[in-house]
Amino acid sequence: MVAREQFQLDLKSIKDEIIQLAMLTEDALIKAVDALYNQDITLANQIIANDKLVDKRELDINNKAVLLIAKQQPVAKDLRRLIIALKITTDLERMGDHAKNIAEATIELGEHYLLTVHPAVKEMRDIAIEMVRVAINAIKYEDISVARKLSKMDDSMDELYETIIREMLEETATNPEKVQYVMQMAFSARYIERFADHITNIGESILFLVKGESFDLN
Amino acid sequence: MITVKERPMTSKFGMKEDKTIYSVDNFNLWYGEDQALNEICMDIPTNKVTAIIGPSGCGKSTFIKALNRMVELIPSVKMTGSIDYNEQNIFNPKYNVEELRTSVGMVFQKPNPFPKSIYENVVYGPKIHGVKKKSILDEVVEKSLRGAALWDEVKDRLHENAFGLSGGQQQRLCIARCLAIEPEVILMDEPTSALDPISTLKVEELVQTLKKDYSIVIVTHNMQQAARISDKTAFFLNGEVIEYNDTDQIFSNPADKRTEDYITGRFG
Repeated sequence: MVAREQFQLDLKSIKDEIIQLAMLTEDALIKAVDALYNQDITLANQIIANDKLVDKRELDINNKAVLLIAKQQPVAKDLRRLIIALKITTDLERMGDHAKNIAEATIELGEHYLLTVHPAVKEMRDIAIEMVRVAINAIKYEDISVARKLSKMDDSMDELYETIIREMLEETATNPEKVQYVMQMAFSARYIERFADHITNIGESILFLVKGESFDLN
Repeated sequence: MITVKERPMTSKFGMKEDKTIYSVDNFNLWYGEDQALNEICMDIPTNKVTAIIGPSGCGKSTFIKALNRMVELIPSVKMTGSIDYNEQNIFNPKYNVEELRTSVGMVFQKPNPFPKSIYENVVYGPKIHGVKKKSILDEVVEKSLRGAALWDEVKDRLHENAFGLSGGQQQRLCIARCLAIEPEVILMDEPTSALDPISTLKVEELVQTLKKDYSIVIVTHNMQQAARISDKTAFFLNGEVIEYNDTDQIFSNPADKRTEDYITGRFG
């Protein structure tokens, strides 16, 4: 007989909810960048409304984790599982906020600007989505080799971000009338870069879970 | 049968950074044909709380009863290996067991005051050791009861029967009785398992205070208690020490999967 069966089921249920929350943030980022490229204000508003669901899920998971800590007094890896649940949900909630921020930038730019979005923004989005998927596997299988991949992916993300910012600053110098556009685009790139930093934090949490030590992947 | 073995240079679970009160080497114990303890190697530090945890029947109580040679009162017990107390092997035939039991007090699972007054319970040990002067005995009573965090609760009824005390107070009286003979070590065999939560916390706080002056070895089924009050924890399983380390390490990141499974409640 497995002792504390209910507790093990509760831990699994929290893990499943975290994975669902990660998928919600993934979906939010995909849609936010689509809305930015397509000047889709309706979709942008929908993303902003959906972020409330992400916030609610974060609170629900936190409450469950705190209650389990209080009632079950876990130790060792079980305690770390619940501590990282609190940390990962905070990261996921912030990731949801960054998708929302991109949606707000889309609304700020409006439907009528005639400029195209820098192609590397989509590239950044694709890396971020791949990172979320890697992180989901790391959470699911408590796999530190997967978690380490996130660090390398985050480096590519940072390089792309620097390229976009450099090129956009050059554009501002030659076309000062584009300042509003460049600002919002730079913000959006920054939001995706921060989104990826939070995924890297999730990798650190998985390393802490498995190894019992703190790591810095950023 | 007691065989004295030469101590190896390094023991499996050596804690050389701390001053050691007990050094246990390759200690084996059998009840008849059944081996209850298997190759135990542990150094127990001075002025620390060492917790012994493990499932029922793993040898915890047998182990601490070996530390004051109480275990040999049980017929058919056989032992090999050595337990050094202050660098003297307690199983050496020339070792004075009375002296050992004066230096090593014991508190049991169930409070066991004598059917006498509170005062008489505390002075029982000193009287046996020949202390007769009332002023000295009075002093011993106050010091011991204060040491056991019981003085304020009983100072006005020292001559009432100890059975009138609550379970938690009776257990602290037993600790006071133990302190009265001024031991160096206090062995506690599940001292709070028969107590309510508040009395348990009082005894736990007391243990923390006592470690300044005494070395304490505590057997407990309550893992949170071990985590709260001990400095070192040894995990016993089927008569073996699976892991012995700083309590912080055992309860945050144990090295052995069996320890992890036990402390997280996956078996036992």
